[in-house]
Amino acid sequence: MMDFGNFLFMEQEIGLIILFVLLFFYDIFCSEKGKKYFQLVAVSLFAVFTLFGFTPMNKGEAFGGMYISSDMTVFMKNILNIATLIMFLQVKTWLYSENTRHKKGEFYLITLVTLLGMYVMISSGNFMMLYIGMEAASLPLACLIAFNKYQEKSAEAGVKYILISALSSGIMLFGLSFLYGALGSFYFSDMSRNMISSPLVLLGFVFFFSGLAFKLSLVPFHLWTADVYEGAPTGITAYLSVVSKGAAALALIFALYKVFGSIDVAWHHILWWLAIITITLGNIFAIRQKDIKRFFAFSSISQAGYLLLGMIAGTAQGMTAMVFYILVYVFSNMAVFGVIAAVENHTKGDTRIAAFNGLYKSNPALSFVMMLAVFSLGGIPPFAGFFSKFFIFMAAAEQGEYLLVFIALLNTVISLYYYLLIIKAMFIKEENPNNLSRFSIDNYNKVSLVICTAGIFVIGFISLIYEYIDTLSFGI
Amino acid sequence: MNILSLFVVIPILMIVALFLCKGMKSIRTIMVVGSSLLLILSTVLTILFLKERAVSDAEMLFVSATTWYTPLNIAYTVGVDGISVAMLFLSSIIVFTGVFSSWNMNMAKEYFLWYCLLSVGVFGFFISIDLFTMFLFYEVALIPMYLLIGLWGTGKKEYSAMKLTLMLMAGSAFLMVGIIGIYYTSGHTTMNLLEIAKLHIPIEYQRWLFPVTFLGFGVLGALFPFHTWSPDGHASAPTAVSMLHAGVLMKLGGYGCFRVAMYLMPEAAHELGWIFLILTGISVVYGAFSAVVQTDLKYINAYSSVSHCGLVLFAILMMNQTAMTGAVMQMLSHGLMTALFFALIGLIYGRTHTRDIREMGGLMKIMPFASVCYVIAGLASLGLPGLSGFVAEMTIFVGSFQHPDVFHRVLTIVACCSIVITAVYILRTVGKILYGPVQDQHHVGLPDAAWYEKVSVVVLIVSIAYIGMYPFGLSEMINESLIPVIAKLNF
Repeated sequence: MMDFGNFLFMEQEIGLIILFVLLFFYDIFCSEKGKKYFQLVAVSLFAVFTLFGFTPMNKGEAFGGMYISSDMTVFMKNILNIATLIMFLQVKTWLYSENTRHKKGEFYLITLVTLLGMYVMISSGNFMMLYIGMEAASLPLACLIAFNKYQEKSAEAGVKYILISALSSGIMLFGLSFLYGALGSFYFSDMSRNMISSPLVLLGFVFFFSGLAFKLSLVPFHLWTADVYEGAPTGITAYLSVVSKGAAALALIFALYKVFGSIDVAWHHILWWLAIITITLGNIFAIRQKDIKRFFAFSSISQAGYLLLGMIAGTAQGMTAMVFYILVYVFSNMAVFGVIAAVENHTKGDTRIAAFNGLYKSNPALSFVMMLAVFSLGGIPPFAGFFSKFFIFMAAAEQGEYLLVFIALLNTVISLYYYLLIIKAMFIKEENPNNLSRFSIDNYNKVSLVICTAGIFVIGFISLIYEYIDTLSFGI
Repeated sequence: MNILSLFVVIPILMIVALFLCKGMKSIRTIMVVGSSLLLILSTVLTILFLKERAVSDAEMLFVSATTWYTPLNIAYTVGVDGISVAMLFLSSIIVFTGVFSSWNMNMAKEYFLWYCLLSVGVFGFFISIDLFTMFLFYEVALIPMYLLIGLWGTGKKEYSAMKLTLMLMAGSAFLMVGIIGIYYTSGHTTMNLLEIAKLHIPIEYQRWLFPVTFLGFGVLGALFPFHTWSPDGHASAPTAVSMLHAGVLMKLGGYGCFRVAMYLMPEAAHELGWIFLILTGISVVYGAFSAVVQTDLKYINAYSSVSHCGLVLFAILMMNQTAMTGAVMQMLSHGLMTALFFALIGLIYGRTHTRDIREMGGLMKIMPFASVCYVIAGLASLGLPGLSGFVAEMTIFVGSFQHPDVFHRVLTIVACCSIVITAVYILRTVGKILYGPVQDQHHVGLPDAAWYEKVSVVVLIVSIAYIGMYPFGLSEMINESLIPVIAKLNF
């Protein structure tokens, strides 16, 4: 007999579904004239929903441990909500352009579905649940990536993404079947109780990990990233690089800590090497890019490598540092994509780095935000990125991983080089004829950039946020 | 609020004011008022410090701690001893004169924004005694250099700006590992310098933490072979930035080597100090020799900075009271005179539009004021008694020679050679550009220093002469503050 009280633990999911239904009916039954306000309604409803996430929630395990709601999961979902809200604010101009105007309703609805999938990934206490969440998150994402369907690049990216995510799901399922065979359960708690380091379990772990590594775009599972990021509409690129990646990282750290905690000796080395090659290769390839979206694809690959440092630590401090890192990364990276979207809209889809030449002369405010964002990504104080990098290095060093920290730090110098190339393009290079005129951006995007700028400035200085995350974290 | 925090608050307020203001006149007003306030503040601080010092024998004064990140035990802790007071004074003088030396900048608002951010970093570094905030301010001071050089510089500015930023950031990567290592190995997870100094870092950790930290700061202190950013960077930077960078920022390196690397890890300093001693010895002599063959005024001065800053690290590594006092004196003296040099070079370059000494000559007839000041700067640099250079170098060499063993003595003698080489390149430059016939007829009739340039130059010369004539007040203050450091270094 099913206890429907269990559903009360799923407040955020239910809220999201209600939001979905409301928007769905608005999209279907409203006249074209009434849909003028679609953006406004959708964004304000989502903002209300985001605020709702900060109210007290029911916590506990539902459906026999299938679904877990804790302070940590609530906080993580709030991070994803904030990122999604910022993304919604940034897409206005693009969404109201000629080719996408008639399907703006679908855009929001599909995004909400993917978000729901990510919620489930984070809250899962069972690998089947995790898998379902992952599928619910990735299949609709392919639609979003191919949203500019008249553009060859976008359609191609959509196909690439769906093939890759099918492949990674397959690999992951394969690994899960091994784990099931060896441990006899899909529940996190049962599996960790029976955990042994037999070859079958290790093989299962490697396959499972590879599946999630595709989502996180760790090297060597990163080959799709640049193409997809380049082809997808800019808002979706931002969503992929921040929300989708964040959700995968959070799901991964839960699985690692809760299930595979007792065999950390086995995965420690795997993650160690992956972290190094991810950071290094991501950085080195970023240097060669001429297209700004590809550029930030590789930058986000290397940022994912830094996330691994927190996981490698395997401590509560590591988890705190990683969640804090994601939070900071949300604001910095969303700011970057907000500016890219603004420039792209003005230059009619020109996303070469050269399109940013001389941006400072024509749009000082935009280039200022971009500068803050890349400094934050590069870990320059006094911006938030400095703090998150410092803390994640501290977490890794606490476990004696000085060599890893050192290599990662040398990589920050490389990353600084290519981030400075952007600064150089905006501030030092001669002006681009396209950018000569001063252009203005829509008010939604302005709001999003203000939020991001405030986040970049403030998060590091308010130690309360870090301390709050620290009270929620747990180690192996 | 603690008086020390004002050093950070004033530049931040200046940044805010600059954001809001419009027009060249109000920008200048803000900068002059702000930097004068800083100068007054450091004078007040010195007086208060001397008063407080007379009654208290704590290692650091005006200490106040505000907890920041509780789980990690990171706090915003400030405090000063005689050495930091001296460095703060130096910084405020250079910031003040730098404003006058960049009186006519294009894009002045943005320029001064970055300039103020740079000074936030510099002042913050010298007041911090918490490793985390120290490192934070250190990096805050580094990053504005990129845009200051890249946007307002001359020559191959983009290359130099990138090279400088990346090399210094690589240095700070070493430093960050070092700081995190110190944090975890001291046995009590704390970032507070004074508390770590009371603890003992195990020697096997010291063996790698010391080189890493020393190297990290040493890059900024132009330690051979990591000095290559300095000539290019200084040559391309605009006048006031060169002044601030050579005058103050390079001192961050020396100060950090001494305050963090040596002070916290004395055993390793004894064990491994010789490696760095050799490197600094090379810096001193090599920098001087390189300066001899340069033809660009800024390059000459930049290489001479390498040589003089090498001398600072050299003296620190000698690890005795006299030499270390000399090191701090040298930091002050070099800071002032290199700033004077750069101010004058900027002045000359702004009029002649060349820095090549082969294309200049007889400037004494054209710009008598600037030329006389240049001679004074040169004489200070080659160590004329009565000016600051003599006091500092004399103390360093006397202190270094106190070591009884052959190794230290030989190195001291080698380093002493730099005095002679310094004389060669200074006199060559002075003779070539100031005396003799006028080389380029276009130079005839160029105006002498304007009033704002005179302010900047005169303030610097007065400070140099003050240290040269009356070094005792200063050296006593430094000497006293060195006692706990020396005690720790000799276990």
